Amino acid sequence: MSSLVTKVRLKQIEQLIEQGKRLDDRGLLDTREIKIEQGIIEKAEGSARVFLGKTQVLVGVKVATGEPFPDTPNEGVLTVNAELVPIASPNFEPGPPDENSIELARVVDRGIRESKCIDNEKLCIEPGKKVFVVFVDVYVLNHDGNLIDAAALAAMAALINTKMPNFEIKDGELKIKQGYTPLPIKGHPITVTTGKISNRLIVDPIAEEEQVMDSRITFATKENGTICAIQKGGSGYFSPQQILEASKIALNKAAELRKKLDW
Amino acid sequence: MNEKQEKLIDKKGIRLDGRKADELRPLKLQVGVLSNADGSAYIEHGKNKILAAAFGPREVHPKHLMQADRMVLKVRYHMAPFSVQERKSPAPSRREVELSKVIKESLEPALFLELYPRTGVDVFVEVLQADGGTRCAAITAAALAIADSGVPMRDLVVGCAAGKVDDTVVLDLYDAEDKLGVADVPVAYMPSLNAITLLQMDGILDPEEFEKAVNMAMDGCKKIYEMQKEALKTKYMVVKEVEE
Repeated sequence: MSSLVTKVRLKQIEQLIEQGKRLDDRGLLDTREIKIEQGIIEKAEGSARVFLGKTQVLVGVKVATGEPFPDTPNEGVLTVNAELVPIASPNFEPGPPDENSIELARVVDRGIRESKCIDNEKLCIEPGKKVFVVFVDVYVLNHDGNLIDAAALAAMAALINTKMPNFEIKDGELKIKQGYTPLPIKGHPITVTTGKISNRLIVDPIAEEEQVMDSRITFATKENGTICAIQKGGSGYFSPQQILEASKIALNKAAELRKKLDW
Repeated sequence: MNEKQEKLIDKKGIRLDGRKADELRPLKLQVGVLSNADGSAYIEHGKNKILAAAFGPREVHPKHLMQADRMVLKVRYHMAPFSVQERKSPAPSRREVELSKVIKESLEPALFLELYPRTGVDVFVEVLQADGGTRCAAITAAALAIADSGVPMRDLVVGCAAGKVDDTVVLDLYDAEDKLGVADVPVAYMPSLNAITLLQMDGILDPEEFEKAVNMAMDGCKKIYEMQKEALKTKYMVVKEVEE
């Protein structure tokens, strides 16, 4: 990770956090302001842009038809891809997805997939032959930290906004009919990442804080308080107590957000 | 998953492969198995067969990855095409890229990166046969390979998973349990430092089950830790006897 922040600035962030304070005057467990816009890309079947402070993530959903996986012949297919495009940060370069964007996509994917929030069987057109394939493309527009939570939120908001074409099967042929039905959504997983700086836990880090953060842990949780996906990242470690604390923080923050979004 | 599925655990609490809920698969660990690597290790963890090789500290390639104030650890986790039922393309998959990253991040806390500026350590993991829990077994082997190379470490890193199969929290899932079970929680742990360096999960667990799974995985790690130390001693004790 190349450093734009001087060592002095990094030291300042650490010292502030030791005192329970942050650069932008938030408390350690305060989330930045969240704004969600849905349906902003007309050509996509679903879309949403999430603002998390200065972080901006756009997710477009395209729905196409394709073959199901052999082990799930009557289920639709979900694929998540993430692009860290160069407009989002001076540290992002054009080119094929690197380990960071692959991890981002896979963590977002895991939260949606494992929560089973999409009714996959309703995406089946002809068992074993034809199903709807839902492409979720995460586009990071401006990187100011906490991309995982912003991307997961935007992906979910875009899926809620997604419409799939009406269809009928005539003589074994797929016919697209007029009109659209909403993507069958059964639940709303919420992803909360907790970071560790100076051995203290914080949520929703900004980019500068991420540079001093030695590790992070992400929990995706469901409405009923169960956990459906976890990912630890960064080159530090957590004590077992900190892991449990982080899981509680994630559940609490998710409940707060659910209330706000009515998810 | 669906009700047609046969139970993975019988009424007596015995799993399909004959283990109890908190029982590890048989393990075999060997250190110093490759003469060209600076350090190497081989692990058989159930049917998983994995080789790990460590090279360095040496020059960083490509050069622009070099860091002026610390060592760079690079890890490649790679599965052999014949390691799984359906042939796997040898090109790195997105899964392998992610696993390489999380394995690297699970090992970094054990190394004194800041003591070796402008150098790199490369760890290569080749999964020869996979049967569930390869990332954990890979971490166990990779830590041994680094230790064998002589690079100082704060502690060994051990990998072991726990999860939920049917209604039971179990230790060390193998392939069928991983695929048909409810949840899988891979953990990497440094026992002497009581530090968790890798934690992932997919599936559904409530907070109590999650806590139980993490504790069970840490207990599994502690058992494997003893075997790791034994494997290192086995190699270096032999050397000592020859000297005498």
